[in-house]
Amino acid sequence: MSLDLIGLSVDIGGRPIVKDIDISVPDGRFVGLLGPNGSGKSTILKAIYRVHRPAAGRVLLDGADLLSMPHKASARRIAVVAQESTVEFDFTVLEMVMIGRTPHKRAFDRDDETDRSIVAEAIERVGCERLAYRSFNTLSGGEKQRVLIARAIAQGADHLILDEPTNHLDIRYQIEVLELVAGFGMTILAALHDLSLAALFCDTVCVLSDGVVVTSGPPKAVITVEMVRHAYGADVLVVEHPETGTPHLIPRRSPREGAALTGPKAPGPKA
Amino acid sequence: MRQGGRQVPATAASPPELAPPAANLEASGPLDPASTAGGSGRRRDRLPLWVVLVACAVLLVVAMTLGIGIGSVSLSPRAVWQVIADHLAGHPKNTVADAIVWEIRLPRVLLAAVVGAALTTAGTVVQVLVRNALADPFLLGISSGASVGATAVLLFGAFASLGIWAVSFGSVLGALGAMAAVFLVSRSRHQLAPTQLILVGVVLSALFESVTSFLIFRGNPQATQSVLFWLLGSFGNANWAQLPIPAVALVVAMVYLLAQARPLNAFAMGAEPAASLGVDVHRLRRNLFVVTSLMAGVAVAVSGVIGFVGLVVPHIVRLIVGSDHRRVLPVGVLFGASFMVFGDLLARTIVAPQEMPIGVITAFIGAPTLIVLIRRRPYLYGATQ
Repeated sequence: MSLDLIGLSVDIGGRPIVKDIDISVPDGRFVGLLGPNGSGKSTILKAIYRVHRPAAGRVLLDGADLLSMPHKASARRIAVVAQESTVEFDFTVLEMVMIGRTPHKRAFDRDDETDRSIVAEAIERVGCERLAYRSFNTLSGGEKQRVLIARAIAQGADHLILDEPTNHLDIRYQIEVLELVAGFGMTILAALHDLSLAALFCDTVCVLSDGVVVTSGPPKAVITVEMVRHAYGADVLVVEHPETGTPHLIPRRSPREGAALTGPKAPGPKA
Repeated sequence: MRQGGRQVPATAASPPELAPPAANLEASGPLDPASTAGGSGRRRDRLPLWVVLVACAVLLVVAMTLGIGIGSVSLSPRAVWQVIADHLAGHPKNTVADAIVWEIRLPRVLLAAVVGAALTTAGTVVQVLVRNALADPFLLGISSGASVGATAVLLFGAFASLGIWAVSFGSVLGALGAMAAVFLVSRSRHQLAPTQLILVGVVLSALFESVTSFLIFRGNPQATQSVLFWLLGSFGNANWAQLPIPAVALVVAMVYLLAQARPLNAFAMGAEPAASLGVDVHRLRRNLFVVTSLMAGVAVAVSGVIGFVGLVVPHIVRLIVGSDHRRVLPVGVLFGASFMVFGDLLARTIVAPQEMPIGVITAFIGAPTLIVLIRRRPYLYGATQ
């Protein structure tokens, strides 16, 4: 069982953004989408959760065509947590998480005991019980993100799409958010910015550049100095994480500028 | 003296803790979860919906009773209800009070209530459509489009074959046309961003307004007078015949919107989150456009352009019950109706025997209310926290 993108192409405003990509997300795995800004990560995810209609290709969920399912049916299988954002209206945390039940309810259905217990449990799982009656807009970025994760849990899906969920968060919440979602045992497809973090959490990563998959595989094989130079155009060092052995990026300053700033007396690299 | 004597020991017993927590509550910025755990800093759940609904229903009954009772000839609430009871029982009395209540004031008050409810509902929906709490039903060109239609009827006798429905027909047609234009122009881009929608709405509104001005400029001076009065809004010509169309439109729209209350909540998060929650965003948006222009169109048709109601009332309602549309919509109907009935009461009594355009009243009440609201809740208006 898996979520499969087959020959997927997406155009936006007549311009091809994603070109003929194939990605497979096996059940229970955490797959990371990497690549520089504008490489098409978000666009792929939005094609899956039906914001963009693909120009070509298919999205299969356990072999069935996801995009021809009723909208509610696909939302019962796939939940989304995107970048933390502000909401123009005043919803409490409880109301916010209850909105996650939308795909399960028909017109005029009221919240029943099942909904309430699912919502309470979701809030508990992200540790936000104390915030239940707070207004969503008064929360900090990390708290908001946890509430949105609770909403995704309440949605009852077995697949989770993360669209740069750690943007604008400080390091504590970046780790916390990924640790939280990785612990659910859901199938996850996540667009991630931070390659070191991606290496820590993903089973597989796909690197996109200019709308095509340039390489994919286990983080250790994919996240290399050459890949980063090729896909991101950046010069970095890649070391092994001392605890996990996963690749870890160390930014470098370009040699000439670094020398100019440290002055003539600076010792050579790695003295 | 006594106050001071009591205060000192209290502060001595528990140093600064008495006052500050309450103050903190109001100014709660991004607090650490740990600091709000104290219970006192925690907000309680919203008031039960039925409590708010009953309160608003009582308010509406009071407003309508006063609206019918007060005027050049004042009637007691008992007399008002006596007449209504007589009519409902099927044997009306042939009295002056009967004529005043049944022929003049009751249809007027009912029309005001329906229009107030319709404008409030339309405003609530438009705010979700453009994801901006400062939007109102007239933002998307509805009122200016309706004005073009109605002005054309009043000045040039368009749709004359429709008789007394001509103005209504003209303004609904204008409203729908304007809304469709706004929708289509902003849709021509690959995505429909709220900002784009607002900009297109503002630009096209300006265009339609100048069309109205052009029509007035070309029309004859006597008809112009009635156009101007109509443009400012009034229930002065209210009669029973005007009531059915807006009432039916309101009921149909409300049934649809209450059925879509959950998708509406999801849509308030933005189009993309709504899509991820299983909402068919394109269809919902299109339907909301139609429902809103229909409601605002029929409201404008019978009462002219009454500003501020669709902006201020949804706000007040959101402040009371939060933003869950399963609560906002029904409460908005009752509260919007009461607001408009009170507004109309002021409009015809404040400079009696003359009548003030009701748009003047709603602006006088609405503008300061809105300013107070904006200052109390800065984060709702785009400023983050």
